[in-house]
Amino acid sequence: MSNGILGKKVGMTQIFDESGTAIPVTVVEAGPCPIVQIKTQDHEGYDAVQLGFGYRRENKVNRPESGHYQKANVAPHRFLREMRVDSTEGLEVGSNVDVSIFSPGDLIDVTGTSKGRGFTGVIKRWGFSGMKQTHGSEKNHRRPGSIGHSAWPSRVFKGKKMPGRYGGKRVTTQNLQVVQADADRNLLLVKGAVPGPTNGLLIIKKATKGEQ
Amino acid sequence: MNLIESVESEHTKSDLPNFGPGDLVRVNTRIREGSKERIQAYEGTVIRRSNGGLSETFTVRRVAYGEGSERTFPAHSPNIESIQIIRYGSIRRAKLYYLRDRTGKGIRIRERRQDNA
Repeated sequence: MSNGILGKKVGMTQIFDESGTAIPVTVVEAGPCPIVQIKTQDHEGYDAVQLGFGYRRENKVNRPESGHYQKANVAPHRFLREMRVDSTEGLEVGSNVDVSIFSPGDLIDVTGTSKGRGFTGVIKRWGFSGMKQTHGSEKNHRRPGSIGHSAWPSRVFKGKKMPGRYGGKRVTTQNLQVVQADADRNLLLVKGAVPGPTNGLLIIKKATKGEQ
Repeated sequence: MNLIESVESEHTKSDLPNFGPGDLVRVNTRIREGSKERIQAYEGTVIRRSNGGLSETFTVRRVAYGEGSERTFPAHSPNIESIQIIRYGSIRRAKLYYLRDRTGKGIRIRERRQDNA
């Protein structure tokens, strides 16, 4: 059994539980992901499955890739991602992984590419407080302030929080809860927010930490 | 957004009465005390309906013993047993925030005639 699946963020909404409490949920369209390749301890040195996800036009696939898909007898997919597994026993190339591997209440880790925010200042990027808006402050409202001392150390320390590119990085949110797993519609409802923009690729795995 | 709508449609109420700002309503809410469940009513004027779909809420304002109070309900919450419309009101704006600044005669709202034809 694969311990993860690939999906696409659809958006957020809220649903009510039995007690009438509104739960914020992210709707994720996940799978079905065909197993394109199985990597084994003997051959590659580790056990993993390669999953495909997303539609891709036949004529957009180059020959080496096309051969890779044909070997597995699977239609071309937009994304290929590996999932480590404990053992490859019972797994078959060409078979599908769907959201039924999860059930409500399970804890999962969701990985995505965070929203790119471009070049941002220290207030947005690092949560600095900024400076006074009034009381004589001049041209100094959202600046970082002092970035170090003078004679010693006569330099700026490495890793100093400064303005720069923010977002667009791989982010994993751990221990999110599955609220609903609908295998008919390939939908996964996850409590809370997941990284990345709408339609972004998500890698959903069983939680590595947290209670199981 | 179709997938989101399909998720929401499982939880939305199809029997939500057609009411809006200006209407006098009685909202019956389920209240759980320990293992017992009872119904509590809140009566007042609807001053706004906001958001849409499953996250829609409405706010009811009432003045009791000279003290104004407002309560916001999630329209599709299962804890709302029923919504009774007592009187339809004729109003000229969607959000009746001006009622907050008024007392006594100022908070009266003209009744809207319901055309049966």
